[in-house]
Amino acid sequence: MNIELRTAPFEPLAELARYQAGLDNHQRGQYGAAAIFIGTMRDANDGEWVRGMTLEHYPGMTERQLQRIVESAFQQWPLLDALVMHRVGALQPNDPIVLIAVWAERRATAFAACRFLIEELKSTAPFWKREDTAAGPHWVEHNTPG
Amino acid sequence: MSIEIKYFASLRDRLGRAGDRLEAIDGLTVAGVWATLWPDAPLPPNTLAAVNLDYAGLEQPVADGDEVAFFPPVTGG
Repeated sequence: MNIELRTAPFEPLAELARYQAGLDNHQRGQYGAAAIFIGTMRDANDGEWVRGMTLEHYPGMTERQLQRIVESAFQQWPLLDALVMHRVGALQPNDPIVLIAVWAERRATAFAACRFLIEELKSTAPFWKREDTAAGPHWVEHNTPG
Repeated sequence: MSIEIKYFASLRDRLGRAGDRLEAIDGLTVAGVWATLWPDAPLPPNTLAAVNLDYAGLEQPVADGDEVAFFPPVTGG
């Protein structure tokens, strides 16, 4: 299991390949399904062009809340492993924001746990988006529906 | 010791500062912390609170040495 906050742009697919290589050292042949979610910054929101974004977090609580969410997923489903990576700091359109990957024996488990992790992250992990638009910077008031 | 209070994101911008310190008194709650610091400003609707890095209800007790945070709904992911 790995939970990480990144302060600089990252490549989700490269991170995933690296992590899975490590996973294969000790769980080769055990998982039949990996479900992956990658969230990326869009260049528009609520009909406005967005030039950039700052992601603020609550150091200490954010990591702790992510840990709780992942532990909750492990309690609900028989998971083999999980990876959560989230950006903080200054982002530009097309920058990855979040990577979630879940490994399990079966796809129903992997899909359900992956969905749970992203929805719980979005509704409970202390992150806040401030968008930079032509009209100036403003805080995002609520998340988009899933 | 005292209680350390932190504000985040739009709430911090609105209040004009990132935090406060408060001397602990008996029977203090999360709501009481806010009311003591901001007697003329009700807690904005939808504001979330945490005590020592865990989500907390407004009636949760607060003691000397605790860290209390107030912040708007979260928007990560």
